[in-house]
Amino acid sequence: MIALLVRDLRLAMRAGGGFGLGLSFFLIVVVLVPFAVGPRPDLHASIAAGILWLGALLACLLSLDRIFALDWEDGSLDLLVTAPLPLEGVVSLKALAHWLTTGLPLVLAAPVLAVLLNLPTAGVVPLIGSLALGTPALSVIGTFGAALTVGIKRGGLLLSLLVLPLYVPVLIFGAEAARRGAEGQDYMTPLMMLAGITCGTIALLPFASAAVLRVTLR
Amino acid sequence: MASLWEYANPKKFIATSDKVLPWVGGLALVSLIVGLIWGFWFTPEDARQGASVKIIYLHVPSALMAINAWIMMLIASLIWIVRRHHVSALAARAAAPVGAVMTVIALITGAIWGQPIWGTWWVWDPRLTSFLILFLFYLGYIALWAAIENDDTAADLTSVLCLVGSVFALLSRYAVLFWNQGLHQGASLSLDKKENVSNVFYFPLLVCIAGFVLLFVALVLLRTQTEIRARRMRALLARERMG
Repeated sequence: MIALLVRDLRLAMRAGGGFGLGLSFFLIVVVLVPFAVGPRPDLHASIAAGILWLGALLACLLSLDRIFALDWEDGSLDLLVTAPLPLEGVVSLKALAHWLTTGLPLVLAAPVLAVLLNLPTAGVVPLIGSLALGTPALSVIGTFGAALTVGIKRGGLLLSLLVLPLYVPVLIFGAEAARRGAEGQDYMTPLMMLAGITCGTIALLPFASAAVLRVTLR
Repeated sequence: MASLWEYANPKKFIATSDKVLPWVGGLALVSLIVGLIWGFWFTPEDARQGASVKIIYLHVPSALMAINAWIMMLIASLIWIVRRHHVSALAARAAAPVGAVMTVIALITGAIWGQPIWGTWWVWDPRLTSFLILFLFYLGYIALWAAIENDDTAADLTSVLCLVGSVFALLSRYAVLFWNQGLHQGASLSLDKKENVSNVFYFPLLVCIAGFVLLFVALVLLRTQTEIRARRMRALLARERMG
């Protein structure tokens, strides 16, 4: 299992794309927002938490189709399915690798970009906390979407159509926690709801993803 | 002993639904005509809302069916996963566009109703928002059906999507409730409450709801028949090409 994780991480880093691309996309989104809404620091401060969450979500979405597509093309996905490792475990590892290469860098970069958007300092901790708790769920849900669309040619657009509605609860609680933190309110309730959703998806969704993969590779 | 599962046989399903369909369709037509005419012309105007209250006869039934259609798809998907009856998978496929249209009708009539009463076409109210999200789920479901060529694979994948989607739709419903307080009123109809809308509005509304339910059943039966026949035709064409 660890070998598989290491392999996926190496592929993501060396093949170009996965590691830096999501992060650069995140940066670009954040840079573009002030151009779109105008140079008003007070406005930036009030929407910063939402923009950072939305940017993280889109950056995550962008790299989803790489989770299974490459393995599907060169046939190693068939090998993984027939391997002695349970498919649920493979799927969970794929999600973990995706989070390590996409979600974790976003969490680490978020405070720097928050400064660009003039986020109040009180909001930095809840922002990092909500992203750290929420992005694993984004990866796990995204892995399910990627598993659904792996056999479909040009499935990228379909993938976003399927995955984005599933992201709604995570986005609501994550952005709510970050927003409340920025406004100096109590942010524990949405943060705990977010953690609950993340735990639930991590526990249950790999089974759905594995079932879907088995159907596709039948 | 006749069992429900006999209708899993496509031939039997088509034969029976052929017999039932004119009745269901006719009844749907009659109750829609009666209900809408009764509602539009023979009920008093609301004291505060005036004539605009009458859109309730379209808004409430379509909203009800938008949710029930998804529940029906969920049940049909479960039957497909457990018992692998093709008719069931095709019925779920047939119901999706109908449900999506019901959602759109509910959203549009709601906007038309909201404009004079709330003074706005749209607010990010929990009910409105979750309906929009439900519509997105319908879109994704229909798109996934359309994207996969192999019928059985498509049926399997969409059933799993329907199951997972149901959980997330419910989750979104309550998440949205947490996120924003609403302008929309609470449920005005229920079976166990004494206080419903006044009877003058209640009875034509019930007739309209019955009409929408029957219309939904008729459309789903018809569309399922079409799907079965289309699949048969494809099989025949494939056989001809082989032979």
